[in-house]
Amino acid sequence: MPVNGNGDGKDKLVVENLYKIFGPDPDEALRLLEQGLSKDEIFERTRTTVGVQNADFSIRDGEVFVVMGLSGSGKSTLVRLLNRLIEPTRGRVLLDGRDITAMGRKELIHMRREHMSMVFQSFALLPHKTVAENAAFGLDVAGVSRDEQRKRALKALETVGLGQYGDSYPDELSGGMKQRVGLARALATDASILLMDEAFSALDPLIRTEMQDELVRLQQREAHTVVFISHDLDEAIRIGDRIAIMDGGAIVQIGTPEEIVTNPANEYVRSFFYGVDVSKVFTAAEIAEQDVLMVFERPGTNVRAALAQLRDRKRNTAVVIDAAGQYRGMVSQHSLARALDSPGETRWDDAFLKGIEPAPEDMDLSDVLSLVAASEHPVPVLAKGGRYLGIVNKTILLQTLDKAG
Amino acid sequence: MTDEGNFITNIDIPIGEWVSDAVDWIQSNFTGVLDGISEAIKFVVDNFEDGLLAIPPLVLALLIVALAAWRVSWKFGIFALVSMLLIFGMDIWQETISTLALVIGSSALALLIGIPIGIAMARSDIVEAVVRPVLDFMQTMPPFVYLIPAAIFFGLGKVPGAIATLVFAMPPAVRLTNLGIRQVSAEHVEAGLAFGCTRHQLLLKVQLPLALPSIMAGVNQTIMLALSMVVIASMIGAGGLGNTVLTGIQRLNVGLGFEGGLGVVLLAILLDRITQSFGRKRRTG
Repeated sequence: MPVNGNGDGKDKLVVENLYKIFGPDPDEALRLLEQGLSKDEIFERTRTTVGVQNADFSIRDGEVFVVMGLSGSGKSTLVRLLNRLIEPTRGRVLLDGRDITAMGRKELIHMRREHMSMVFQSFALLPHKTVAENAAFGLDVAGVSRDEQRKRALKALETVGLGQYGDSYPDELSGGMKQRVGLARALATDASILLMDEAFSALDPLIRTEMQDELVRLQQREAHTVVFISHDLDEAIRIGDRIAIMDGGAIVQIGTPEEIVTNPANEYVRSFFYGVDVSKVFTAAEIAEQDVLMVFERPGTNVRAALAQLRDRKRNTAVVIDAAGQYRGMVSQHSLARALDSPGETRWDDAFLKGIEPAPEDMDLSDVLSLVAASEHPVPVLAKGGRYLGIVNKTILLQTLDKAG
Repeated sequence: MTDEGNFITNIDIPIGEWVSDAVDWIQSNFTGVLDGISEAIKFVVDNFEDGLLAIPPLVLALLIVALAAWRVSWKFGIFALVSMLLIFGMDIWQETISTLALVIGSSALALLIGIPIGIAMARSDIVEAVVRPVLDFMQTMPPFVYLIPAAIFFGLGKVPGAIATLVFAMPPAVRLTNLGIRQVSAEHVEAGLAFGCTRHQLLLKVQLPLALPSIMAGVNQTIMLALSMVVIASMIGAGGLGNTVLTGIQRLNVGLGFEGGLGVVLLAILLDRITQSFGRKRRTG
């Protein structure tokens, strides 16, 4: 799981009871919705389509919020309600406490220029303009001077790794590069919120993963609030801090990727996981257990006492930590006995098992898997700075994979 | 039965009378306006023709050849050179330039009026619903019919010729401007709006540039229609190559008629290929 929660957790965008009804009779549709009729029944009766119903959530400052759903679930409509490319039928959207739905035309245009930018599935670049001019589009529209436009556009292109291509034209670039231009265009305005509508869906899988990693990296460097629309759970898990799952215009579940994978709200949510690579969902820290004997390295507990303790509890291995909770090493009955047999004063260092490679806390499950497979002992998991968190062994791994599958 | 038969023969809607009444009424009430329009068009067309004729024929011919070679290809440049030689050889240079001036002058006016109407159509479904049947009417009405009111309002000569041409040639410019703008993808429009375009900026920075190939196709069509109408307009004294053809018909002089006709064909090919080259994407790969 990407750990990019680098905002301060304050609410950036608050969506309150938001509805979008398409068609001739939105009022009637709202009334029927309140009576509990389904989207299909309402369409049957009124020829009116429920786009989004009762969306009510908030997006925190600096988080990557993924809205996921199948096509027709209303996710693209929802993102367009946020910057009012589609006018909401009812409800409010608050940006830093200001009501976007109540803004006049001028105020709305100002908000779009300054605070929210957008990346599109089909890139939507202007073919007659150079890459730099495309990246500067938002600045050009806002009336920024030519020099300033170019400077900031080139900086944004630099950020997405296209610094050399400023004077090329879009049709000279590959799909992945075009979308980098799309991203640069969104970054150049310094908007704090990026709306990304299926931004990577048109790219081939390899490039898509690369762009996802790039987005996460970018996000760690300069905290944007990202609202990312996707139909791909792998993508959602890879980049999302939190995921909202939509069905029939309604949000059925919001949570962290782990929450959603371990505790899906209903069968619809569960259906997303068939074929999902769970080894990308969990990190080492999340599955680590304190299922192993801990021995404290301090005056008074010596090697001999530790061996006695292990024999007593019928355990083969133990983790040695110091008084501050820092990981020191792992020992087994065998390694302890051998250290005691050797001549001279016995020190802990002689008793530690060789070749134990601890896993960092944010390591993907897939990487932990190969560590555990290669080691005959459990693998200790450490926090940044070396604090001991727990161990992962083969049993724990198998249980995790079984639960998620 | 007899009653019904009587009804059908008795029914009499005098559309023809109404139209001539309307024409009379306009003529007697809007003399000032009509004169103004007449003067303005006369000014444009005359100046254009005088300007073109002021250039020494050889220089102008070489300019046209150069333009053909630059915009289209060197092969087409050779074609243009041969065309110029033929036109000089048939001794119809003066008539060709006169026709060219009338075509360009009336096309320019048609575009000046037509493109903004096309833009308005693209931005409003109501405008589109109103304008579309008018365009259908303008395009299906036999072009000769335009000559009558044009001659009544503006007399004989270049001005009524230019006006009849303008009316006949305008529809494709309107239609293709409308179509081009409406065909700009939804995501391009959304991108424009999402980055804070005003309606005006959206039009200038996104819609018109992306609709340009379609608009240029409309320009090309307008020019081609103008050329065909200018020939017909010689019947009310618009002059030029059409006049040569008309004289050929009146005297049953096949040779003269063919020479005028060939001049029109050459001019058409040159105008078509050169204006098309401006609609093509300037950048490839």
